[in-house]
Amino acid sequence: MSTIQEIQKEIIEDFAMFDDWIQKYEYLIDLGKELSPIDEKYKTEDNLIRGCQSRVWLHAEHTDGKIIYTADSDAIMSKGIVAILINVLSGQAPSEIATAKLDFINKIGLKEQLSPTRANGLVSMIKQMKLYALAFNN
Amino acid sequence: MLDISKIRKQFPILSRKVNGQDLVYFDNGATTQKPQAVIDSESNYYQNENSNVHRGVHFLSGLATDKFEETRNTIQAFIGAKHSHEIIFTKGTTDSINLVANGFRTLFKKGDEIIITELEHHSNIVPWQMCCEQSEATLKVIPLLDNGELDMNEFNNLLSESTKLVAVSHISNALGTINDIEEIIEKSHKIGAKVLIDGAQAASHVSINMQELNADFYCFSSHKMFGPTGVGVLYGKEEILNELSPYQGGGEMIKEVSFSGTTYAELPHKFEAGTPNIAGVIAFKSAIDFITNLGVETIAKYEDELLQYVTSEILKIEGVKIYGTAKNKSAILSFNIEGLHPYDIGMIVDKMGIAIRTGHHCAQPIMEKFNIPGTARISLAIYNTKEEIDLCINAIKKAKLMLS
Repeated sequence: MSTIQEIQKEIIEDFAMFDDWIQKYEYLIDLGKELSPIDEKYKTEDNLIRGCQSRVWLHAEHTDGKIIYTADSDAIMSKGIVAILINVLSGQAPSEIATAKLDFINKIGLKEQLSPTRANGLVSMIKQMKLYALAFNN
Repeated sequence: MLDISKIRKQFPILSRKVNGQDLVYFDNGATTQKPQAVIDSESNYYQNENSNVHRGVHFLSGLATDKFEETRNTIQAFIGAKHSHEIIFTKGTTDSINLVANGFRTLFKKGDEIIITELEHHSNIVPWQMCCEQSEATLKVIPLLDNGELDMNEFNNLLSESTKLVAVSHISNALGTINDIEEIIEKSHKIGAKVLIDGAQAASHVSINMQELNADFYCFSSHKMFGPTGVGVLYGKEEILNELSPYQGGGEMIKEVSFSGTTYAELPHKFEAGTPNIAGVIAFKSAIDFITNLGVETIAKYEDELLQYVTSEILKIEGVKIYGTAKNKSAILSFNIEGLHPYDIGMIVDKMGIAIRTGHHCAQPIMEKFNIPGTARISLAIYNTKEEIDLCINAIKKAKLMLS
């Protein structure tokens, strides 16, 4: 399994191939469509991430020293964003996730590409994923 | 003949680019852009006139006070109020409604009823919930019909001798419905209830006259009518404003202060504690002048033309559903496209320079009624054009293509 740093590097390389926002958005939309479905029983009020303007559900499970995240959203762009984060963080150890520096976000222009409210959603998603990691780490 | 290109030239922001594209600003329900005259007026105040109002004996204070009061008189004329002291300056519509709701907390009691509607903005819901919490009055809600009009039969059923106040928006910010406030006011008055109208979406789009309308309170915001942010108006009938206790204590609102007791100033100062947004109030006059020069009727007629156009164009897109199809509608178009989330649409058209609003529009009960997470909303103003609508429709089509 690649490390968080290695996966980030790959994503940065992927995004470097895109010329404009349309291609970036289309890529996010594709990622959203490809995201493995979350078990319906985890789409609860409790699993909703606060701070997102669309509904984003995130579930985390701790098995064999690794965290497996699953997520869903009713908006496809949000789903694409959470899919990228899952690609980077899911399957890693809690301690790795809790201390991960996610610098790919700025390098692929995600933050500037996304509207401010959406960027807030992104921040909330990362915060929630790290909170799970901290909880499982203890 | 209305020359829209001439009007557009008065708004410097309309010539800027967004994401490399010409800005198409269709979020006027949230706030309108400002004409040069308003920007100049605000800046001129700080450059040449800055001083506190109603306090000093010196030249500048007198000048600032005169100009501040000139706006009050302009608004009095604009809304046809009987007295200028019935015009209270606030921070905005939300502040105006809170002022009234706060004043009634001590006047209402258990068994009294307040009626609001299902299509209110949160700022015309929450203050009344808070008022009910303290006064133990009960909140009743007029439901919506499927076309976005109020269920007036249900309103008639809800009205009773217990009804003390009816608070309703003139125009729905989320659906564009123009409510029949004349009927609501007349019927409420018959049983002795007071009426507050949230006019935030109406004041620059339909002509209003307080003495003809006979509303007890009417609230609106400067920033939704080409004026600065942070300035609002509460119109209230003199005799009722006199009954309400002050909202905030401080300077300006007092007659005499001593530790044995304080007496309050006369209207309007009783409700204007502290230093107001002087620059904003003064510049607000330029915004009203802008509206008056064009004529509210002219604005309404042109906006309606745009609304008809955007409605017919958007319905050509497959899967579009419009929320709010009232007979009497303002230039607000709320819609969704089957299978797509409004945020996805909003984000993609933003990339093409088009500013629309997506979400619940601070009116969650409406979204609940239609069982949707939100809508995409196009809200138009006098400076918008059919060419801009074409750009927006094309952008929406492109978004649909990308998302499907």
